[in-house]
Amino acid sequence: MTTREITYRDAINEALREEMVREEGVFIIGEDIYGGPGGYQGAFKVTKGLAEDFRDRLLDTPMIEQTIVGAAVGAAMTGSRPVAEIMFEDFITLAMDLLVNTAAKTHYMTAGQYCVPIVVRAACGAVGVGPQHSQTWTSWFMHIPGLYVVLPSTPYDAKGLLKTAIRDDNPVLFLEHKKLYNVKGEVPKEEYEIPFGQARVLCPGDDVTVVAIGYMAGLATQVAGTLRDQGLSVEVIDPRTLAPLDMETIFQSVRKTHKVVVVAEDCKTAGPTAEIAALINEACFEYLDAPIGRVGARDAPIAHNVGMSEYILPDATDIHEAIQSVIAW
Amino acid sequence: MTISNELMLQMYRYMVLGRLFEQHAEQLTHKGLIPGAFHTGIGEEATHVGACLALTQEDYIIPTHRGHVADIIKGADPGRLMAEILGRATGYCGGRGGSVHIADAASNNLGVQAVLSAAYPVAVGAALTQKRANTGRIVLAMFGDGASLMGTFHEALNLSAIWHLPVVWVCVNNQYAMSTSFTEASAIANVADRACAYNMPGHVVYGNDVMDVYETVREARERALAGEGPTLIECKTYRQGGHSTFDTNPYRPQEEIDAWSKRDPITQFEQRLRERGVLDEKLITQIADGVQQQVNEAQEFALNSPDPPPEAGMEYVFRSSEAA
Repeated sequence: MTTREITYRDAINEALREEMVREEGVFIIGEDIYGGPGGYQGAFKVTKGLAEDFRDRLLDTPMIEQTIVGAAVGAAMTGSRPVAEIMFEDFITLAMDLLVNTAAKTHYMTAGQYCVPIVVRAACGAVGVGPQHSQTWTSWFMHIPGLYVVLPSTPYDAKGLLKTAIRDDNPVLFLEHKKLYNVKGEVPKEEYEIPFGQARVLCPGDDVTVVAIGYMAGLATQVAGTLRDQGLSVEVIDPRTLAPLDMETIFQSVRKTHKVVVVAEDCKTAGPTAEIAALINEACFEYLDAPIGRVGARDAPIAHNVGMSEYILPDATDIHEAIQSVIAW
Repeated sequence: MTISNELMLQMYRYMVLGRLFEQHAEQLTHKGLIPGAFHTGIGEEATHVGACLALTQEDYIIPTHRGHVADIIKGADPGRLMAEILGRATGYCGGRGGSVHIADAASNNLGVQAVLSAAYPVAVGAALTQKRANTGRIVLAMFGDGASLMGTFHEALNLSAIWHLPVVWVCVNNQYAMSTSFTEASAIANVADRACAYNMPGHVVYGNDVMDVYETVREARERALAGEGPTLIECKTYRQGGHSTFDTNPYRPQEEIDAWSKRDPITQFEQRLRERGVLDEKLITQIADGVQQQVNEAQEFALNSPDPPPEAGMEYVFRSSEAA
């Protein structure tokens, strides 16, 4: 397999391009995804260059998040495979009804007469643009039967998971982290897909398991490297998809290490770490040698001020401290 | 275009069928056989029938939660329709959807959106597929006066206009959203007057005139297929019953109810067809008997259908890759 280093952004762009080549029914709908000559080509440039080859499949809309997602649903019900772009995950609240009540329920409500093969891509994560452009929300969506939730943490995963998402016949929420767009990683030149519901062990270890979601997976891997130098063997697992959620890989690790920390960028209260911790507790109680550690954002909106937002968001130090805390138990 | 006698009789028959079907469903609700509430389109039949008969079998429709005759005209079997209303295994959604989620993919019926505002964006998307694939089909999206005041109306009608989508927007203005009257809820008197904001034609039609509704929708359909974009049609009609089965309707003036009762779409059309010599007593009885038998059979099929097994409630949450 031939690999090369490309950015997370380019990995997503490649997946979109390849899937549009592969399947006529794939199109992209959203705000400023092309924008005409000199236009944005995506607020985060993810759709850059696609218009050169697929001008009629990049559908720029006005600022109408509900209708972007709803039109994707209607198009999908009639045989298309749309990819909808919601510029910031914060704006998905506008489309929540269409995503939750329509996209996620249509296959069920119609007893399988209609399916909704849509991908809703949205940028999550905080990069200093204030409380309404910085959120990472995952547990809201894990809570919705009928919806898949995907959070790639590397360029390799971003490309492989997006291709799977586009080919899947169910609605998929695909969350891209803003801090990852410029991160480079090895991506094969050859065609590949990554199945949903398969966690990835980012680094193997024996002393403690760290389950880290999305952007936190990279941070946890850095922390694991630092601790390895200090003689502590940390196993980092990135679930990659929160729905479906590969708990078996996590359980196997916990049965080996007996200690676990779960990390996500969402607010800690009722965040995905709560669900994962509860499932570990139900399945692996007798294996645990310490209470399950949880790391998440403090329960506040993400402030604009850098110092404030850093205080609110989880970082490497928080992960480090949580690991030390379960080890010291 | 003149409407043939045959089509007039078809219109009449469907209106009678629609009313009787819903009257039966309402009675079943009163007997406690239908979970939840049931919404009838009694009094609005001319709008539902006229609009749907203007479509081909291949055209797509998003009906409303009233006017179940729309589903039947599109191609749904009344027995399976009644079974779904009863929540039975033989219903179109296997009992998962009920009256407010009837969908029938075989007849390109995209299903009711019970969160009413969703109908507009879904219709836009379905019309987008037709335009991209040049299918020669249109999407008919029906909605009430209440739903016309929701935000997606603006988003979707504007988008349908700028993209010249093959969609016909039909507002069934039955004057009331539950107990809220349209005159109190809307800043303007006619939903169709909003069409100018989207640079599309807007037509106000007397919704109890089935032939006028039919002609207006048919012309809008042709316009859509010619690539000239969407049309907004408002059919002024009246919800003769309450909002749903157990709504006794105390919030409306009796004079208003009486006045609209005199403008009943079936009675009016029947009279008109008699005057034209298209209908006579014998034919009326014959149609009534046929419809009665059809509804009886539908009801019997539904009542004799089994409940789905409770564990089937977990089926179809996701589409498995094997099913694709």
